[in-house]
Amino acid sequence: MKIIYTDVLVIGGGLAGLRVAIGAQRRGHDAIVLSLVPPKRSHSAAAQGGMQASLGNVVKGQGDNEDVHFEDTVKGSDWGADQKVVRMFVNTAPKAVRELAAWGVPWSRVRQGDREVIINGQKVTITERAEAHGLVAQRDFGGTKKWRTCYVSDGTGHAMLFAVGDQAIAQGVPVHERKEAVALIHDGSRCYGAVVRDLITGELTAYVAKATAIATGGAGRVYRVTTNAVICEGIGAALALETGVAALGNMEAVQFHPTGIFPAGILVTEGCRGDGGLLRDGAGHRFMPDYEPEKKELASRDVVSRRMEEHIRKGHAARSRFGEHLWLDIKLLGRRHIEHNLREVKEICHYFLGVDPAEQWIPVRPAQHYTMGGVRTTHTGESPTLRGLFAAGEAACWDMHGFNRLGGNSVAETVVAGMIVGEFIADFCESPAGDLDIPTALIREAVAAERARLDVLLHGGGAERADALKIEMQQIMTDKVGIFRTGADLEEAVTRLQGLLVRSRNIGLRHHADGPNPELVTAYRTQKMLKVALCIANGALTRTESRGAHFREDFPRRDDAAWLKRTLATWADPSATLPSLAYEPLDISAMELPPGWRGYGAKDYLDHPDTPRRVEELQRLRERLEGADRHRVQAEIMPYEHLLPERFRGLNERIDERLP
Amino acid sequence: MTETTPAQAAAAPRKLRFHVLRHDPRDPGSVAHTEIFELEEAAGMTLFIALNEIREQLDPSLAFDFVCRAGICGSCGMVINGRPGLACRTLTQDLPADITLAPLPAFELIADLSVNTGKWMRGMSERLETWVHTVEQDPDLRRIEATMDPDLADRIYELDRCIECGCCVAACGTARMREDFVGAVGLNKIARFVLDPRDTRTDEDFYELVGNDDGVFGCMTLLGCHDVCPKSLPLQNQIAYLRRRMARMALG
Repeated sequence: MKIIYTDVLVIGGGLAGLRVAIGAQRRGHDAIVLSLVPPKRSHSAAAQGGMQASLGNVVKGQGDNEDVHFEDTVKGSDWGADQKVVRMFVNTAPKAVRELAAWGVPWSRVRQGDREVIINGQKVTITERAEAHGLVAQRDFGGTKKWRTCYVSDGTGHAMLFAVGDQAIAQGVPVHERKEAVALIHDGSRCYGAVVRDLITGELTAYVAKATAIATGGAGRVYRVTTNAVICEGIGAALALETGVAALGNMEAVQFHPTGIFPAGILVTEGCRGDGGLLRDGAGHRFMPDYEPEKKELASRDVVSRRMEEHIRKGHAARSRFGEHLWLDIKLLGRRHIEHNLREVKEICHYFLGVDPAEQWIPVRPAQHYTMGGVRTTHTGESPTLRGLFAAGEAACWDMHGFNRLGGNSVAETVVAGMIVGEFIADFCESPAGDLDIPTALIREAVAAERARLDVLLHGGGAERADALKIEMQQIMTDKVGIFRTGADLEEAVTRLQGLLVRSRNIGLRHHADGPNPELVTAYRTQKMLKVALCIANGALTRTESRGAHFREDFPRRDDAAWLKRTLATWADPSATLPSLAYEPLDISAMELPPGWRGYGAKDYLDHPDTPRRVEELQRLRERLEGADRHRVQAEIMPYEHLLPERFRGLNERIDERLP
Repeated sequence: MTETTPAQAAAAPRKLRFHVLRHDPRDPGSVAHTEIFELEEAAGMTLFIALNEIREQLDPSLAFDFVCRAGICGSCGMVINGRPGLACRTLTQDLPADITLAPLPAFELIADLSVNTGKWMRGMSERLETWVHTVEQDPDLRRIEATMDPDLADRIYELDRCIECGCCVAACGTARMREDFVGAVGLNKIARFVLDPRDTRTDEDFYELVGNDDGVFGCMTLLGCHDVCPKSLPLQNQIAYLRRRMARMALG
């Protein structure tokens, strides 16, 4: 049996994983990154529109700061987020953009003087300040008060991933490509690494580490219609779940992006609407202002997606041979803008639709896009129940997105969480808690168990076909656990998924090679994906309210009194067909921003009895501190800076907020 | 590329014949051979859809690589009817009914249509040190970032759009003859860092990296790279520019 020892094992080679590894290695700890694919092919590269950070360089971002970014993010989350984590995030995001600028990301820059932009369907001339010339530019995105999204044309994730990937190479971080973690090694309280399968040779190796970090991205591929890459199958979340000890948080919180191209589901960026693009119905009518007079096309994604589906239900869709859809109109932005700032969009439209978006409208319909839930962690990124297991990025429930993530906050989270969690992992490795004391029997047994599982699949002669089960699961999730959910649909989904899970224990293969065998990979992943799908469906069935992206037609109101809490799913018994659900309440008395109206979407919700008390308390506090500097006020209301690693504390400088 | 939309394409479905080059180099019994798979064409069908259908319905062992399936990650480079390209965004409607698929040459074969571009690219990046070399290792992240001319940022991004798919290497005459040739992908990266004022390396430093026959002087200007680049990078200009600059360097 082959064993590889390292300080830090990072599972996943996207932006979050790479940044975690760089951070740990910079502190002197050896890190190994495992990646299913060459790391620069990770799904981080698909982030197009940009990353939010309150630099406030452009004139439409003037006045932006951490406070505004904080409010937007918490409202976006429909109060599901951990507000201290949001504070940590918004204070670090500008530092992340500046770090990436130093690492070579060619951020689009501000050009001083007049420029013509489209706002609310109208041409408007805005004038950029001379003192901002050459600084990182921002564009508008949904659910934000200010223009805050820093971008590289519409290839932001690509440019970030290549810069960070190249930094990892510069620092000599080894990336073990085409390696897949198939189980975590643990003793019920401490994680010691993972059993890893080589996707080329089929060989199993034990990777033993002081700290193990899951950074495997989202679970979009449990749905049939998704913007996600084919490797985004929620396997990292499943690995944590299968320990029976680590919990998954808020798995029912699934985001649907308004503009997947129809029918392929490939993403075109929110930047299309941020830059002035409009949504139109079958009759060509711009319908969003009818539903959302305040934010129109730029309400949060959960709201826009619901409004689109609502409009389709009312019979206003456009129709093609593939079914019903709506239109995204970016013609009005002009060819020059499209070919300069939306060039990936142009390529995607050209190759997949045969459409020139400077001349024609783009057929779109909401598609699964983002997994707000994930491996539940504390603010340090560590599992509160399985010591030595960390998670970062989309795979984690850290939890800065709550029940709906804002556009531009995910690619920002990858690097920000990578920075912060990387430091905490280094701290962990340096502390007595990081000491490694593992019986070799535990390693041997873990590898033997996985070998046995694979052998049953390869040679057990099971009667079920893995791809058929997977396709059925994806169809159930898209049909029954989508944008609009009902108790009846969800019950049906849970029952049918349970049936599939039972059948998946009897999968057999047609192809029996242990090396590069795609059928074997589908088989063991489908078994894991079904558990993740059940966490989503069962969490959605049990949560009898609507919050953020989780919308129950039979319980349309947000219910803070009963449901201001985080779902925690665990799977202790491997023979069970359902996760165990527990709930972690969110403490209003510690919130900086108590629950209220988001500024878009539904206005009626059921208040928690603690809310008025906290609102009053905060009002008194603000009155007492009137005239004090905003940082002092914030620190009095909800102190958080002590939670950040020392390296990333401190104020952020802006044109209008100079540091001494 | 025709301008027909998927909606216009349909009529009577064609029978497509895929001639796929197959081999598992780790299996001592495997001999490289062409296998033919037949599928009925569907509207809007890409090679991503077709290959997955073949795997689901006809042969579960067929090896190939896709990740984003949207033309942005560079995983699915393969030789399509003799020409390197991205399979995911190739519509079958733009191809004849007989479609030959082969793995990209010049890279280590994993199996069938899957090649190890990752290993090649990492090796190239290590040799050419494809990262911004700065003096300041730890900039003060609280401070306002350094400015950059907006046009220059755009020009750097133009070259930064490379997705390391390997099509340029597969289409390169020199790469067939010289195993260590860095390819258009490597030369484009150097051109990108030459352009970037944040990188403190001098022409002398760059000459050390690419001023030889495995670098810019190995290029025979056949420019297959330029013709096949899925991102339409200006490879011809960049290689010519780099060659002039490096030649000037050599001549002192």
